[in-house]
Amino acid sequence: MKTFKPLVLLFVFAVVCYSCKNETKEVQTTTTEANAPKQKTGQAFIQDDEATPNCLQIAINSPDHKTLVAAVQAAQVENALVNVGPLTVFAPTDAAFAALPEGTVENLVKPENKETLANILKYHVTPGNLSTSILTKLKKLGQANNQYVQVEVVDGKPVIGGANIIASVKAGNGIVHVIDKVLLPPSKASN
Amino acid sequence: MKNIFKSAMVILSALLAFTSCNNSSKSGGKSGALAGNVAEKVYVAPGEHDEFYAFISGGFSGQLSVYGLPSGRLFKVIPVFSQDAEKAYGYNEETKPMLNTSHGFVPWDDSHHPDISQTNGVIDGRWVFINGNNTPRIAKIDLSTFETTEIIEVPNSAGNHSSSFVTENTEYVVAGTRFSIPIPQKDMPIKDYKGNFKGALSFISVDPEHGHMDIKFQVIMPGFDYDLAHPGRGASHGWFFFSTYNSEEASTLLEVNASQNDKDFIAAINWKKIEEYVNNGGGKMMPANYAHNVYDEDTHTATSTMKKEVLVVNPSDVPGAVYLLPTPKSPHGCDVDPSGEYIVGNGKLSANLTVHSFTKMLKAIEDNKVAGDAYGIPILNFEDVLAGVVEQPGLGPLHTEFDGKGNAYTTFFISSEVVKWKLGTWEVVDRQPCYYSVGHLMIPGGNSQKPWGKYVVAMNKITKDRYLPTGPEVTQSAQLYDISGEKMELLLDFPTVGEPHYAAGCPADLIKPRSKKLFKLEDNKHPYACKNEADTKVVREGDVVHVYMTTIRSHFSPDNIEGIKVGDKVYFHITNLEQDYDVPHGVSIIGANTSELLIMPGQTETFLWEPKQVGVWPFYCTDFCSALHQEMQGYVRVSSANASTPLKWSLGEDIE
Repeated sequence: MKTFKPLVLLFVFAVVCYSCKNETKEVQTTTTEANAPKQKTGQAFIQDDEATPNCLQIAINSPDHKTLVAAVQAAQVENALVNVGPLTVFAPTDAAFAALPEGTVENLVKPENKETLANILKYHVTPGNLSTSILTKLKKLGQANNQYVQVEVVDGKPVIGGANIIASVKAGNGIVHVIDKVLLPPSKASN
Repeated sequence: MKNIFKSAMVILSALLAFTSCNNSSKSGGKSGALAGNVAEKVYVAPGEHDEFYAFISGGFSGQLSVYGLPSGRLFKVIPVFSQDAEKAYGYNEETKPMLNTSHGFVPWDDSHHPDISQTNGVIDGRWVFINGNNTPRIAKIDLSTFETTEIIEVPNSAGNHSSSFVTENTEYVVAGTRFSIPIPQKDMPIKDYKGNFKGALSFISVDPEHGHMDIKFQVIMPGFDYDLAHPGRGASHGWFFFSTYNSEEASTLLEVNASQNDKDFIAAINWKKIEEYVNNGGGKMMPANYAHNVYDEDTHTATSTMKKEVLVVNPSDVPGAVYLLPTPKSPHGCDVDPSGEYIVGNGKLSANLTVHSFTKMLKAIEDNKVAGDAYGIPILNFEDVLAGVVEQPGLGPLHTEFDGKGNAYTTFFISSEVVKWKLGTWEVVDRQPCYYSVGHLMIPGGNSQKPWGKYVVAMNKITKDRYLPTGPEVTQSAQLYDISGEKMELLLDFPTVGEPHYAAGCPADLIKPRSKKLFKLEDNKHPYACKNEADTKVVREGDVVHVYMTTIRSHFSPDNIEGIKVGDKVYFHITNLEQDYDVPHGVSIIGANTSELLIMPGQTETFLWEPKQVGVWPFYCTDFCSALHQEMQGYVRVSSANASTPLKWSLGEDIE
């Protein structure tokens, strides 16, 4: 559980900032905005209609990724998906989430499970812009949660931790591979 | 879709606000009335001075800019590797040799890591060194004149990135190659990289009195990429640590192929041992060709000398001098804490920070616990040298600095934040967002035995919506945080020149009293100096004409010149006779194919003019010098190439 401490701190801090800001609205004119980051601060919330959509925007605009987007928002990892990257994001479909044991998703999006959820989501992100053809040449991927996911090649196609790639979408900051299964991080003590 | 997203966020936000209200007093709630102090904390009243100097590199601008902290005010851009028309650096005849290299005149570079000279492990404020990445060079800037006074090219190097870091007494400034290359260079297939390309780590000695640089030796290492470096200090003084990546020795698509090994290395180099070895005749002198450019303050002129050999050392010839410490996932930053015990390796693809222990490293060496070797260089066991791990502090760790109070501060590029953590317990204490994609950070003295742990400056690569937009290219930025308390506090956000790649800082009092106000005219040994108006003259040598000219408020002497011909090469050697603080003069003439001159009091500078058209052409003072600045002007009469107009000059009377 020690691992999750920093995330908890971040959570508490963000929450505190938000709430304090509400309490002291009348003196906000003299403060610097940066000192009290708003909930919607960061690159994820920049309005931009010109650039190629980034990994997060692709997910938001997809009809098949409602659960993923909700999970990303619940875990508040939006900003991790919009930075310059490059990132490879494996995006499980709504059907993939639905295939999890009943109640799993509902449980994960609860505030108290935010860290577990963030860990799972980060297990779906690889630093690097990895096309399917590059993926077939790799044996494993080092994911953003610091664990590895295995890559197999079946019929010439890469299979990521048992998940098939259904479609791939180039993003402004990398690539999104739509997958048919949610990747669950191996229990700790790997790496 | 957007609406759903928005409403989800609102609900989520409201929920969070609701759940957290009674926590606010605990964290010291930094908003509201308290935040009003933020402005005061960075406010330096008109006429007051900042507490710290910050020397922030310009990255691809090739320069080094001088800021004050906490105000974030920009005082000067010191030209280093790039021509600067404002100051005539690289344009006037005196400083052109500064940019000479074995590839000829190279008027640009990519300046990355400034580091201030140290004495006994403490920053002394004498010089700041900085590396040019692209055409490998190390420059020295004198902090009494704030001018680049020396540049040495680094042979056998390419992408001079793990540079320019100084040892505890500035015995050496160290320059490690990023790209491995054939040593010596030769025509060979790129695919034969592995095993054939090598990486040179150069130890450049610094003369303790004048600061003159000389390559003492180069350690020729395996063909990895050498990324960053820092010296040992205190107990580990005498060692130097370099992070490496691409231990796979890939030569194509490194974004994939250099990320295959679970661990790369931090190379630990016992430079004292190698120094002793070369002092006793060890190493091999190999042919080389590199420029050493030195600016002389008395002649106000740089000279460039080509050096023809360099001493190289094969690490396997010096047993016990080089070890490899396994470090996870392409370590980038390689930072040593003020005590010299901890070496922090930030695996940029790892979510954890790895901290090695110098004591444990020595023990492993003593016990001869070797896990293997790379090209004959012993590899120690990861577990044997590991001091601790900071678990999942953020995404994309890059660089660490220290406050001297037992805390370390690490930047995270992907999660875009600075994280404060404790040395020894490895626990995360605080985190603050950066706007956006932070690279290096700097605490004044943060990489020495004695940091001044009051502020940290984070340097961001991306700003997107943070400032008024200026088209597709928007400014990069620096952000100032107060780190005097338990929690960090963001104070200021200011734009920078070029890419604020890295910075070095120190208390202003270390530098301020030594800052030069003018150059004494009597010390001016420029061969074309003219120290009084009576001696001004114009001398023809074939089609070369030397104009010995002076400036004083508010005229040039001479200010009328006749007898210049089309096709002449006219050298204007201008001495500024002023001996008053902050009274430079500038000069240029119509059609000059170069920049203005900006001549400091007591200084002589030269520009070349090659008139192409017959006529009477004016010149004038380009730096607003005085109440009669607009009167500070003159004429040159240019006749045809075969004319017989006599060469004459005057001030205050007509040329007859």
